[in-house]
Amino acid sequence: MPTTTLLWLLPVFPLLAFVLIVLFTNRNKALSHTLAVGAAFLSWLGAMVIFVRALQIGPEALAEHPIDSWVNWIPTGDSFLKIGVMLDPLTAAVLFFVAWTILMIFVYSIGYHNFGQPEGDHDQKGLPPHGATIVDEHGHKHVVPSVEPMYSRFFAYIGLFAFGMYLLAVSDNLLTLFVGWEIMGLCSYLLIGFWFAKPSARAAGIKAFMTTRVGDVFMLLGIAYLYKATGTLSFQDIFKPEMLHALANVDSGVLGLSAAGLIGLLLFIGTVGKSAQWPLHVWLPDAMEGPTPVSAMIHAATMVSAGVYMVIRMFPLLKAGSANEAFLSPLAVMAFIGAFTALFAATIAVAQNDIKRVLAYSTISQLGYMIAALGAGSYIAATFHLITHAFFKALLFLGSGSVIHGMEHGVLHTGNHDVDPQDMFNMGGLAKKMPITFWTFLIGGFALSGFPVLTAGFWSKDEILSTAFLSGHRVVFWTLAVAAFLTAFYTMRQITLTFLGEPRTKEAEHAQETPWTMTVPLMVLAFFAVTAGWIGIPETFPGLGGILPNWFHHWVGATYETLLEEAHLVGEMAEGHSLVPLMTSLTVSLGGLFLGWLTYKDVKSPDPATDPLKKWLGPVHTVLQNKYYFDELYQVIFIRPAAWFAEVFTFRWVDRGAIDGTIHAIARTVFDAGKALAYGFDLPVISGAGDLIGNTVRSFGRAFRVVQTGRVQDYMVAAMTSVVAFGALVYYLLVFAH
Amino acid sequence: MAFLQNHLLSWILFTPALAAVVMLFFPKEKVNFHRWFAFIASLVPLALSIWLWVLFDANGQGFQFEEQAAWFTGVNSTYHLGVDGISLTMVLLTTLLTTAALLASFSVKDRVKTYMILFLLMETGMLGVFMALDLVFFYVFWEISLIPMFLLIIQWGSEKGTRVWGKGREVKERTYAAFKFLLYTMAGSFGLLAAIMLLGMLAGSFDLVTIYEKWNAINSGTLWGIPVSTIKIIAFWAFVIAFAVKVPVWPFHTWLPDAHTAAPTAGSMILAGVMLKLGAYGFLRFVLPLYPEQSKMFAGALAFLAMVSIVLGAFASFGQTDFKRLVAYSSVNHMGFVVLGIAAAAYAAGTDPESANIALNGAVLQMFNHGLSAAGMFFLVGVIYERAHTRDLEAFGGLWPLMPIYGGILIFTSMASLGLPGLNGFVSEFLVVRGAWPVFTLFTALSMLGLLFTGAYILKGIRYVLQGPLNKKWEGHLTDISVREIAVIAPLMVLMLWIGVWPMWILDVINKAAAHLLALL
Repeated sequence: MPTTTLLWLLPVFPLLAFVLIVLFTNRNKALSHTLAVGAAFLSWLGAMVIFVRALQIGPEALAEHPIDSWVNWIPTGDSFLKIGVMLDPLTAAVLFFVAWTILMIFVYSIGYHNFGQPEGDHDQKGLPPHGATIVDEHGHKHVVPSVEPMYSRFFAYIGLFAFGMYLLAVSDNLLTLFVGWEIMGLCSYLLIGFWFAKPSARAAGIKAFMTTRVGDVFMLLGIAYLYKATGTLSFQDIFKPEMLHALANVDSGVLGLSAAGLIGLLLFIGTVGKSAQWPLHVWLPDAMEGPTPVSAMIHAATMVSAGVYMVIRMFPLLKAGSANEAFLSPLAVMAFIGAFTALFAATIAVAQNDIKRVLAYSTISQLGYMIAALGAGSYIAATFHLITHAFFKALLFLGSGSVIHGMEHGVLHTGNHDVDPQDMFNMGGLAKKMPITFWTFLIGGFALSGFPVLTAGFWSKDEILSTAFLSGHRVVFWTLAVAAFLTAFYTMRQITLTFLGEPRTKEAEHAQETPWTMTVPLMVLAFFAVTAGWIGIPETFPGLGGILPNWFHHWVGATYETLLEEAHLVGEMAEGHSLVPLMTSLTVSLGGLFLGWLTYKDVKSPDPATDPLKKWLGPVHTVLQNKYYFDELYQVIFIRPAAWFAEVFTFRWVDRGAIDGTIHAIARTVFDAGKALAYGFDLPVISGAGDLIGNTVRSFGRAFRVVQTGRVQDYMVAAMTSVVAFGALVYYLLVFAH
Repeated sequence: MAFLQNHLLSWILFTPALAAVVMLFFPKEKVNFHRWFAFIASLVPLALSIWLWVLFDANGQGFQFEEQAAWFTGVNSTYHLGVDGISLTMVLLTTLLTTAALLASFSVKDRVKTYMILFLLMETGMLGVFMALDLVFFYVFWEISLIPMFLLIIQWGSEKGTRVWGKGREVKERTYAAFKFLLYTMAGSFGLLAAIMLLGMLAGSFDLVTIYEKWNAINSGTLWGIPVSTIKIIAFWAFVIAFAVKVPVWPFHTWLPDAHTAAPTAGSMILAGVMLKLGAYGFLRFVLPLYPEQSKMFAGALAFLAMVSIVLGAFASFGQTDFKRLVAYSSVNHMGFVVLGIAAAAYAAGTDPESANIALNGAVLQMFNHGLSAAGMFFLVGVIYERAHTRDLEAFGGLWPLMPIYGGILIFTSMASLGLPGLNGFVSEFLVVRGAWPVFTLFTALSMLGLLFTGAYILKGIRYVLQGPLNKKWEGHLTDISVREIAVIAPLMVLMLWIGVWPMWILDVINKAAAHLLALL
């Protein structure tokens, strides 16, 4: 099959699964998940074939002549807006991680939603399953996990989600990229609010959709501007040196930015929303209201990665837009927002007790790394971290889901539903109960912390740190270094509280390892969480450099290398290698891990108040735990004023008050004048002769009174009469005029 | 066949009226007969307009399927019909939505015969507006479409609620709404009538094609001692106000939420789906081609009002607790994009023809798209209202498990209305934004606030109706959407998806018509 056909087909499979499940198989659980997983498998297979073919072509040739295919989509005057698919080295790399993570998440979902378990005793659609009572052969009653009541619907949704991501990844233009982008927005809304009967889940879904939409409307403007400025939305047409030059040299008239600069900034605001960067980060932690596979989907495989992917894809434009070094040029803004977010989110993560919430903030923080890397000028480092992060974060989320599942098992066993199966203080000692989950989670956690040499996270994070250091972004570098320390610290805190020591509750004692559909994906992802880094070992790395070629740098770097050179957009990146970033990287990751273990190894009580950090930090800890009160702040400065503006100002004051008030005043005047004419002039003076104006107005008044008993015939007659009268009037005036 | 084809427009135009006349002769007790007869009768113009679409030559210049016959010889007014790509699109929308609305009206139990007759008469009225190439003819149909709608609202409208409009003057909500609708539109129509007469006098003919040709040559001399240029300006403002009320453009919009909320379900479908387009169509057919200079001069003001409509329409919608009023206000928001596109096209026609063309494509497509999604949304509000007898959002809650198919359809239609990429609304909104961006950059950027809150009110509707803990009082009282009701909405959904994914079939027609229109300016 030609590669272009394959590219077109990648998004089609999961879309087809969505359609078929919704229309036909939604009552059959097995058929539904077979369709969804089957579609994910086909897309995975297609992606792998594409990947291998890309390898055979080689990065330079593929970057020079991307495989593409397009069609005319809409007519715009004399020309057409084209849409299509494209394969270049960057697409190939992105497809690789997307395909793997999506397939793993799909498989995992079968186990996570308790396929094969009985229907729950009191389960309702829209609420998580509560367990079913079964009687074994000895007559003993057991409460076991029950199957998700909306099982098929879940697979339909994630099918659509996968469609959005594949569409975005294969797009050769911003328009279909935006289509995929927004469809993922819808899916995140539907999936975060999957248990829609829970008010918290419902609120989280709306919050996710609305917060990302803030970014999206700016992005839409950016797309419109770009389309106007270039007459195209295809990447290959935009990224022509002469086009970039033109964009970089036109003044936008805003903030001293060039057209490229303003477009880049507008597009980047889209990423701020989608990739949950400060100040639009608030939706992502709440996104864990959805089922755990969704969290993995959003945090790793799709949604947030899409945001970063878009800015990586648009890097030449961002670079061109930053050429005039305006104060708010896109790359400068990105360096700031990225580094700030990385640190900001890491400090919050330190004080969270919910196992998924810690991961959520770590996602925000790690995305900040990628954005900062782009801001520092290295789209390669950003892509590298995007990919390694996707693997280890998917692993961690699925691992946490496995932990929660194990804990829920314990909760069902003891029957004490007051115990929160997501609170890490209720856990402890799970390493012995859930060995596979433990070891894979450990690998994921170490990768996240940047555990030296072995894990993928080390290599990608090191690349970002050295980029920031060598390109002279010292503040960014040190901010990221502190964030890396905190990352290692909270990750080890999480691992220690969850898996090490002794169980702190009965529920943790009765936790159980999860079925193979959940553990196999964990193992596959763990494999990549380690090895994905080895393809990108810098040649200059002491000792190890050069043993394996720095394949990744070569591969992804080829995407824009020639292009940036031709457009004279290559930054004066200091060549060579400094040991400072490496030593920092080693120190913060090992130091953070050790300190995290040291601090939390002796926590014995399930009471979160015993958190040693709480004692040391006091009120600061409370601020961190409450996420710097951003939710509360936004509530006060945006959400409530908006509600007031909508209900009171716009509707009651303007529409009902000012506008309707004016209309009523006019109506009242006419009505009263009509009455006065009718009774004061018409009746006594002309007495039945019928004055045209008076009649019209009077009939208006009369209609108001007779309406309660009014029959339709009256109106018919009235209407006919007025039409005839109108006709006569028109005729009279016309004939008179001639 | 040849006779049919030669008079295709007349057939489409008068079949509904003919059917209405036939129905007069059948006893009103035969309720089911009237329902089915009206529904089947409305399929005829629908089928014919699809045929019309197929026969239509998108590359052809000017109007097609023209028919002309002597009519009002005393004043040189003729029976003159014809369609271009813009009116063709509207004709298709009208016949489609009337059929859907008639099928949706099967649940009407009160005076079915009269109801159905009025509905069919209204269809003829609306179609006449879109097909007329004679100004007097246009005006007659403009008014004809108004009266049945007035009657539908005041007789078959919602029976709940009252409004106070003066000191202690309390009237039924639907009475208030019907009169507000009628008087407001009439007020605009008087100006329209005056403008039409002035035009006819200046040109010596009411024939639109003739006027188009002669118009620029008529620029000197006086009428009743008033310079012709002044007369032209007076007519310009009369047109603008009449059409602005009909669209409606903020601040002339307050009749809309009242009329839509009070109207019966099918009435709201037509009101939002087709009637609002009459105003936008008027802008495209009269204001832009006849007054390119004035249009350009006042395009900025119009764009400003469009922006205010978009933003405040969205906010007002977000502020509602009545589901139907929420949907009603969404029309103000969505029609704002139509007006923004028209204003941008008017301004950029000479200077930036590409942007103008794109903006106009977006505006016309948005007219069609809003017809689909607004009609769909009103229908879905009607479905739940018929079951629950309330429109209060707070009274619902967690209904999704009780009405799973309805829930899915509601989300789909809501997303089309929200402008989700992949569905129709996005294509037209994107085109408008793209077209208006270089022309009215600031207003376009501010409109994004409206686009953001479009999301807010759409999600608010879903939040209160479908999501959240199940309100126990509905358990066992609500049934899922019926097969007939699915048949009403399914064609609309298919079109929403089709246009969202592959808009070429319709945009190609619109694009060429828009280019032709712009060439006139």
